[in-house]
Amino acid sequence: MSELPGDLLYTSEHEWLRREDDGSVTVGITDHAQNALGDLVYVELPEVGQVVEAGGEMAVVESVKAASDVYAPISGEVVEVNDVLADDPERINADPYGDGWIVRMQPAGEDGETMTPDEYQAFLDDLED
Amino acid sequence: MGMKTPLHDSHVAAGARIVDFGGWDMPLHYGSQLEEHHAVRRKAGVFDVSHMTVVDVSGSDAEAYLRRLLANDVAKLTKPGKALYSCMLNERGGVVDDLITYYLGPERYRVVVNASTRDKDLQWMERHTAGYEVEVVERSELAMLAVQGPEARQLAAHVIDDEWRDAALALKPFFGPELCLQFVVPTGYTGEAGSDINAPADDAVDAWASCLAAGISPCGLGARDTLRLEAGMNLYGNDMDEDTSPLEAGLGWTIAWEPDDRDFVGREALAAKRDDPKRRRFAGLLLEGKGVLRGHMRVIVDGAGEGEVTSGGFSPTLERSIAMARLPAGDYERAKVEIRKDLRDARVVGLPFVRKGKPQIEL
Repeated sequence: MSELPGDLLYTSEHEWLRREDDGSVTVGITDHAQNALGDLVYVELPEVGQVVEAGGEMAVVESVKAASDVYAPISGEVVEVNDVLADDPERINADPYGDGWIVRMQPAGEDGETMTPDEYQAFLDDLED
Repeated sequence: MGMKTPLHDSHVAAGARIVDFGGWDMPLHYGSQLEEHHAVRRKAGVFDVSHMTVVDVSGSDAEAYLRRLLANDVAKLTKPGKALYSCMLNERGGVVDDLITYYLGPERYRVVVNASTRDKDLQWMERHTAGYEVEVVERSELAMLAVQGPEARQLAAHVIDDEWRDAALALKPFFGPELCLQFVVPTGYTGEAGSDINAPADDAVDAWASCLAAGISPCGLGARDTLRLEAGMNLYGNDMDEDTSPLEAGLGWTIAWEPDDRDFVGREALAAKRDDPKRRRFAGLLLEGKGVLRGHMRVIVDGAGEGEVTSGGFSPTLERSIAMARLPAGDYERAKVEIRKDLRDARVVGLPFVRKGKPQIEL
């Protein structure tokens, strides 16, 4: 398993968040998540402007194997979606922490619970036992 | 820890992601399921199917016994190495299991049944031996490889000795040393041609390594499922079961009604359903927009009623979502499928979707 990027926060639903300089938050799914799902074939993205609550369903990623909900890790408004994924969902497999980002949100209201890289690594290690 | 096939170490060495499959530790993929799928459509792939149950049926009544046990007629098998796909029915005409029967020679047949139904199949087969001079013996020591794809036979021929290669390429069954068999498969579970190899554990490990060395891609259960879905091949438990007749599962073609005095198990119940105008339809679905059809999704047909997706997924060849579905009776070409509470348009199409590398439907 590759090392987790140190500048991200993680959730127990295997999403990652990055706080950008302008106050927005970029969200994607972790390498563990894409690996467990297998080759992705379809991503259902939210509309820009959609307001979501922390823990609410925000997007759906479908692999050759199964469909999986992506939950909003924080409350706020979707300000940008990674449209490229509509035609090229495999970007998430290839680069989950970079080109495979899913949405960018403007936080408003309560944040969900997140983990530091070390905490998420410990969480993954527990899963494997 | 699940049961392991003799090829387990080979899978791990090839980088397999191992998953539990009905109690067996089996490879799901070796990196990319999509690449494995394309390898089989475009060149060749090898699958470990050793988890499947091999049963040898022999004795002076072997043929009569199988003609009673199976809905298809093994009397069609006259050349050693030839295979026949069939359902094994219960008295209600429901499917106990689907299976392949290979003709090994006079009074000798090899039957391959599903792993998930092993126990009930063996019991069922044993129970029906009463009155027949026949022996039913499980061959759990045998491993099985399925090599599939347009170049499968040519490449697989090179994994075995020269003297046998010509025979294999000449469309004849290959008989190697004791226990080691290779069968020519005109159209396999993937919709591609290829060959099935039965071998004891050590020989199977060698055959697997030779396949990989010959440029045949190792393929996991994931690709096997998307390939068989494109090929319109049924999966027991998904597309049919003990309460579904082959007539409602697109398997009418596997029922040998002639000769009409052959009294196979389930014949009477099946005959009663044969001309039923309300009999449910079994067809393919092609999703028109984006999304992925999955098993058990609700299908709605205007004016005809409701049905259900029995197997669904993404077709890597068509780059669209496809499914097999049990639908209400009627003549119609469109349906709606409920995906996450949303009704989406689908076209009702004939099966298969893909065969021998070529799409069989218009997109």
